[in-house]
Amino acid sequence: MSPRPGFVLEVDRSTPPTLFWHGEGFRFEQLPEGSRVVYPPESLDGLADPDAAIRHALEHPVGDSAPLSALLKPEMRLTIAFDDVSLPLPPMRRPDMRQRVVEAVLDAAAAAGVDDVVLIAALALHRRMTDNELRHALGDRVFDAFAPHGLLLQHDAEDPAALVHLGLTEQGEDVEINRRAAESDLLVYVNINLSAMDGGHKSVATGLASYRSLKHHHNVRTLQHSRSLMDRHHSEMHSSNWRMGRLIKNAGVKIFQIESTLNLDMFPSQFSFLQKREWEWSLADRAGFHSTRLALDHTPPRLARQIFQSMLSPYAPTSVQAGEVEAVHDLTLENLHRQQLVAVEGQTDILTMGLPYLSPYNVNSIMNPILVACLGLGYFFNLYRGRPLVREGGVCIISHPTPWAFNPVHHPSYIDFFEQVLADTTDMFEIEKRYEQQFATDPWYIHLYRTSYAYHGVHPLYMWYWCAHALDYLGGVIIVGGDRAAVRRMGFKPASTLADALEMAEDIVGRGPSITHLHAPPLLVADVS
Amino acid sequence: MKALLVERLVHRFAAARVAALVAGSGSGIGIGPLRLSEIEQPSLPGPSWHRVAPLLSGICGSDLATLDGESSRFFEDIVTFPFVPGHEIVGVVLDGPETGRRVVVEPVLSCVVRGIEPLCPSCAAGRTGACERIAFGGIRPGLQTGYCADTGGGWSDELVVHEAQLHLVPDTMSDEAAVMVEPAACGIHAALAGQVVPGERVVVLGAGTLGLCTLAALRCHTLPSTLLAVAKYKVQRHFAAEFGADDVVAPSELGRAVRRMTGTLALARTGAAIDRLAGGADAVFDCVGSSRSIAEALEVVRPGGRIVLVGMPGVVRVDLAPLWQREVALCGAYAYGTESVPEGPRRTFALAFELVEMVSLERLVSAHYPLERYEEAVHHAANAGRRGSVKVVFDLRHEDPAWRRAAQVAAPKRRVPRDDKKLETSA
Repeated sequence: MSPRPGFVLEVDRSTPPTLFWHGEGFRFEQLPEGSRVVYPPESLDGLADPDAAIRHALEHPVGDSAPLSALLKPEMRLTIAFDDVSLPLPPMRRPDMRQRVVEAVLDAAAAAGVDDVVLIAALALHRRMTDNELRHALGDRVFDAFAPHGLLLQHDAEDPAALVHLGLTEQGEDVEINRRAAESDLLVYVNINLSAMDGGHKSVATGLASYRSLKHHHNVRTLQHSRSLMDRHHSEMHSSNWRMGRLIKNAGVKIFQIESTLNLDMFPSQFSFLQKREWEWSLADRAGFHSTRLALDHTPPRLARQIFQSMLSPYAPTSVQAGEVEAVHDLTLENLHRQQLVAVEGQTDILTMGLPYLSPYNVNSIMNPILVACLGLGYFFNLYRGRPLVREGGVCIISHPTPWAFNPVHHPSYIDFFEQVLADTTDMFEIEKRYEQQFATDPWYIHLYRTSYAYHGVHPLYMWYWCAHALDYLGGVIIVGGDRAAVRRMGFKPASTLADALEMAEDIVGRGPSITHLHAPPLLVADVS
Repeated sequence: MKALLVERLVHRFAAARVAALVAGSGSGIGIGPLRLSEIEQPSLPGPSWHRVAPLLSGICGSDLATLDGESSRFFEDIVTFPFVPGHEIVGVVLDGPETGRRVVVEPVLSCVVRGIEPLCPSCAAGRTGACERIAFGGIRPGLQTGYCADTGGGWSDELVVHEAQLHLVPDTMSDEAAVMVEPAACGIHAALAGQVVPGERVVVLGAGTLGLCTLAALRCHTLPSTLLAVAKYKVQRHFAAEFGADDVVAPSELGRAVRRMTGTLALARTGAAIDRLAGGADAVFDCVGSSRSIAEALEVVRPGGRIVLVGMPGVVRVDLAPLWQREVALCGAYAYGTESVPEGPRRTFALAFELVEMVSLERLVSAHYPLERYEEAVHHAANAGRRGSVKVVFDLRHEDPAWRRAAQVAAPKRRVPRDDKKLETSA
């Protein structure tokens, strides 16, 4: 039986309560009758033989590209860049898809007699990966072969010697990327495409870029006009990346892009209820849910975080495509949409969502309030194609504990951003004007980014900008069950219960509003007509 | 007359200290050395002295430290018991050519006040706060009015004041504004003692009355590039921002705030949790005066920077290794005198009158109490920030007017008893 497509449920009297993610826990909420719940499609079957699919993709590239084996020469400089710890979410069980692809590329390089090979984690302004994280992503064999010899690098966007300025786009955007990658005879980029936002020209133009380059598309104006971030044809951020990507290509950088898509098997068997629709829960699912919930209620938050962060996904790849960047990405989007797209008719007054414990920027870390806002308003709000799920002036209700807590190693500038900047103003344009330079050039943040495991100083501002479209569009944001002070610090409204939040939302959207719940994760993209 | 009197009763000081340690400042007021008493009016020590009836008299941090039994023994030789506290005073002159005029009292009992000739070097230089003769001359030892048995103090119906201590209050100035002149003078003296160079980055620790006055004075008389205030309570944060702080942070945020203000590197044993700053602020004004605040000042001042102790410290335990290794200058800022300002030397009190009006410091006066409710008043003052207040004052404007009229006609003949004579109390 083939997996069922996504589904929009209309809540009636017989509908059981709906599961809301709530950080390292869950809420069971009875939505008002007439509300809609958007469920993702069921998980597609994974590739029967992923390694064979990878080898096939490398030798049968799409677009204007020769097979990988034909591009590899003995005396060449080969650089393999790969997505960092922010993908996939949760981290997948070994072998990670990057390991499979990188091993295949290295096998081909070895067969062609290529000696000068360097691996680079495409961090952009993200934190460096730990050795364990690198081992997990690439496998022990690759790590042990490259890391001890200094051939496994992490992109350093603050090392002037390791960057090269390739020029300006027709719109005056600086393109400055990793020197080793740019000056290699061949740059192979290994993606894991969990969402439609990732991949394409964004891989190199963002993943291997410097602040000087990134600021041209990671800014308030651009992100306000990225509608949505999951729809590259209507995203200013992607347009900028595409201009940069084409400049990189025209500058002579030869890129062989490898993108892979995953199915929606996000959670291990003990959390299988998270993959199902509530009315289809078996007795075992119910028992699993209630025992999990009961255990979590009695688990200290720190321990609960550790438990969830140690969860690994049984993801399976659904496609691999390789070759020329744009052709590869078009195919990737097709495969992603096959798994994630759900047709939804019409918009809603109130959009509800439950946010999990994890975002791309808190792997093995704390989901601080900025990341809660970013995940809800930057990512989940943008999980649409066509029109947003919620109407303009509508309300977004987010369920998350939103603790006033930060990981000081990973997010040092987040603490300052939250304490200093948001205490002063939440206005993005004001923040960009008054604070961005300070945070981007602070020598301590730069030091920690380069030598510790800290996100770049400007990163919390970018995460705030990520909410630009939503905050420009929505009439209000309410967070249920969050730390009230933290919620207020961000300019949002706190509510104790969903019922309270819905009542508060009626003050903004009027009586008898339409309500739609985004039942994610697993991820979906709403195709709103 | 009615007065709140502090006697040298060691067991009461000890009891107050224990209570303050256990239950917080002001908790030992009922068992401490302060008592509401009926005493004789102080006699005029000389021809240049006048009787003054307080209208408002503030409760200062140094008063609280005394009542909590936490004052340093350093002061033992420069106060005389029993004394009537209160050195933030606006009152009415009861005799002489200025009878009926409102005045602010400059409480330092310096050479001129004591009738000492020639003046000590400090007084000769206009630095009356640093007078070297505060235990000598025509009156008994006492660094200020409010700590000297011969002068009385502001927490009473009447005190005696030397004419050099009197500053006439303009008719347009309210009593509440006038009672803020003395703390404003302290703030100005501290701000100028810090010798802030234009463009420097400055931190003010503490946002009680003294911290806020120092902050306002720094904003008015110096040109720092960034002025960072550390405030514990909402009301303090509000006024700190009003008085010109560029950034106001909670005490727990201090290290990070100074780091981002200065852009300095930091030393972090645990990744990025800041343990110590590599650089820091150019000048730190400690308006608290505790071991903790001095340690915090040392943590956030840059090598070669300055720490100005504005709040009255007692016996403190502080690791001075950073002071030594980073060659930090630590100086005190006490009271007032004459200040060097661009237009030339001026009395601190003259500048303070201007500051009070410029910043509307009367806004800081949050609560008024009659003397009879002194226990409540002291407890309120000790918990001012927590209770949304800044300055708590005794309000003596409603005291027996008949007595006041009489006082203007004839000087009373009663005298304050000497030193350790037991007084009748009304408690």
